[in-house]
Amino acid sequence: MTLLFASAGASRLVHLSAVDLVIVVFYFLLVLAIGFYLKERANTGEDFFMAGREMTAWIAGLAFLSANLGSLELMGWAGNAYKYGILAAHWYWIGAIPAMLLLALVMVPFYHICRTHSVPGYLKLRFGESSRTLASVSFAFMTVLMSGINMYAMAVVMRVVLGWDIHFSIWVSSVTVAIYVALGGLRSAIFNEVLQFVLIWAGALLIPILGLIEAGGWSGLKARILQNLTEQHVANPAAYTHLWSTLGDFSKNPMGINWIGIVFGLGVFISMGYWTTDFLVVQRILAAKDLRSAKLAPIIGAAFKMMVPFIVILPGLLGLALLRDPHTGGLLRLVPGDIAWSEAGRAQGLHGFDEVLPLMLARYCGPGLLGLGITALIAGFMSGMAGNVSAFATVWTYDIYGALINKKASDELKVKMGRWCTLLGVGISIGTAYLVMHAQSIMDYVQALFSFFIAPLFATVLLGMLWKRASPAGGFWGLLAGTFSSVGMWAWVKVSPDAIRYVALSSHAQDQAQNMFRALWCGLICGAVTIVVSLATKPKPDAELTGLVYGLTPIPHEEHVSVFHRPAFWAAVVGVVFVVLNIIFW
Amino acid sequence: MKAGGSISIWFFIGISLLVNGLLIFGAGIYELFHPPQVPVVLFHLHASIWWGGLLALLGAGYSFYFAPGKGRV
Repeated sequence: MTLLFASAGASRLVHLSAVDLVIVVFYFLLVLAIGFYLKERANTGEDFFMAGREMTAWIAGLAFLSANLGSLELMGWAGNAYKYGILAAHWYWIGAIPAMLLLALVMVPFYHICRTHSVPGYLKLRFGESSRTLASVSFAFMTVLMSGINMYAMAVVMRVVLGWDIHFSIWVSSVTVAIYVALGGLRSAIFNEVLQFVLIWAGALLIPILGLIEAGGWSGLKARILQNLTEQHVANPAAYTHLWSTLGDFSKNPMGINWIGIVFGLGVFISMGYWTTDFLVVQRILAAKDLRSAKLAPIIGAAFKMMVPFIVILPGLLGLALLRDPHTGGLLRLVPGDIAWSEAGRAQGLHGFDEVLPLMLARYCGPGLLGLGITALIAGFMSGMAGNVSAFATVWTYDIYGALINKKASDELKVKMGRWCTLLGVGISIGTAYLVMHAQSIMDYVQALFSFFIAPLFATVLLGMLWKRASPAGGFWGLLAGTFSSVGMWAWVKVSPDAIRYVALSSHAQDQAQNMFRALWCGLICGAVTIVVSLATKPKPDAELTGLVYGLTPIPHEEHVSVFHRPAFWAAVVGVVFVVLNIIFW
Repeated sequence: MKAGGSISIWFFIGISLLVNGLLIFGAGIYELFHPPQVPVVLFHLHASIWWGGLLALLGAGYSFYFAPGKGRV
C-alpha cells in the first residue's frame, strides 16, 4: 500500500497515518457502492442522462453546487485569497449569487418547460441546428479537456502535499469516477455529489473555526494581516481585507481591477455565462422533479455558495496572517506554483499559493481529521470530474451523435452510447492530463479556449429567452461573433502584451482583470450582433416559440402555495443576505 | 430523495459521517493518552474528540432516521 501511494524520493507536506488511509479508502468504497447500487435505475435515456427527472430541490441544489466545487476550486481559490486577499470572495458572491438567482427566477422556467436534455438542446429548439452544433461541439470537447487539465493539476498537488505518485492519483480517481458514472448515470453522479458536498464541509470546516480561535477572531485576523503585509512592504495592505473600498482605482488593489470589471465583467457576463448556460451545472437543475423544485434548487445552491468563502477564502486569509517558517520563525511567504514546484523551488522548500489550504489543514489536523480533510479535497476533485463526464456524455449522445450521426438512434442505443461516452470522456481527460504533463503550455491555451465560449453563450441564450424577435440567424452569428471577438482579444494581448491597456482599460490589469473585461466586451459584441442580424432577418413564427420565450410561454402561478414555499421569497432572503455580506466586508 | 429501490441518499451520508466520526473520535481519544511528539497547533483543544463526536452523532441520527424500510425520503 505504501509503495502505491508514495512517489519515489518525493518530499511531502503531510504524512497520513493508518486511520487517515482507512478514511480515504472507505470513501472510495462508498462511492463505488453507490454506483453499483444505482445501476438498476439507469436503464432508459431519461434515467441515465436526466436521473429520471425526479430529484428534490435539495438534492438538485446541492449537486448543482457540488459539481462546481472541484478540489482545484477549493485549493485554487484559497490560494487566490492568499494572493489577492478578500477580493477573491467576489467570485463567490457577486460572481455567483445574482447569476444563480437569475437562473432560478428567469431562466429555469424555459429550460424546464421545453423539456430539453441540454443547453445546446435549448439552442436547437430556439435558434436551430447550426447554433446547437456550434455550442455542443465546443462544450463537449472543452469540457473533457478542462477535466483533464484539472486532473493533472490535482495530481501535481497530491504529489506535493502527500507525496503520491502522479500516475496513481490520475488513474485511481478517474477510474473510480468512470465506474460509478458509467454504472448509474446522472443519478449516481448526483448522489455522489451530495455525499461529496457533505464530506467537503465536514473535512474543511474545522480549519476556519480553529484558525479564527488562533488569530483572535476577525478583528485579530485583520490586524495580523495588516502587520505582516506592512512588514513585507506590500503596497495597500488594507486592500487585502476590503471587498469594495479599493476598487475605485486599478492601482489600489492587488488584482489590478476596478469595480466596472468586477460588476459587469465578472458579475454579469462571466458568472451569468457560467451559472446559467454551462451545462455542467445546469444539467443538475434539469433533473429536478418539477418546476418549483427546479427553481428552488439554484436558490438552495446560492445560499450554500454564500457560505463557501468560510471554508475557502478564510483559510487563505488565515494563511496570510498565521503561517510562519518552522525553521526561522519568520513569516512564510508563498510563491506562484510554477516557481515552488520546480526542482529549484522544491530544493529550497518553497510552497505554492495553492498549498495554503493543505498547509492550514496540516497545521490544525491530527490523525483522522487529516484523513477527512484530504478526503474532502479528493471528493471535490471527483465531484467536479463526474460533473464534466456526465455532461459530456449527455451532450455527445443527444446533441452530436443523435443529431448529426445517427438521428434514428433508439433509447436503448443512447443509453449504451452514454455509458461508452462516459468511459470515452474519462479516457480523453486522462489523455489530456498526460499531454499537459509533457507540454504544460497547453494548459494556458485550453483554459483560454474554454473562456471563449461562456460569455457569448450567455448573451445568446438570454436574448433567446427574453426577446421573441431574436432570429435563428441572429442567434448563430451573434454566438460566432462573440466567440471570435474573444479569441481575437486574447490573441492580441498574447502577441502584444501592451494591448492589455485597451482590452482591460489599464496597464495595471492582472490576468483575472483581463478575463473580466474580455468577457464583458465579447458578451456585448455577441448581443449587438444578435440584435442587428435579427432585425435584418426573419424571426421564427410565434407558434414555434411557445415554451421557449418570455411572453409566449405559460408559466404556472404559485398563488396556491404559502409564501414560505415560494422560490421568489427565498430568492429575496438570499438576496438580502448577499447585500448585507457585501456591506459588512465593504 | 430515494436511491435505487428503497435506500435514501441521506442514509448513505449518515453512514459516511458515522464511520468517519467514530474513526476520528477514536484517534482523538488515543492521542489524549498518547500525545504526539510534535503536536498540531491548538492540540490542547482536542478538536478530533469533539469534531469526531459531533460527526458521529449526526451520522447516527441520519442513519437511524433514514434507515431502509422506514419510508423516509
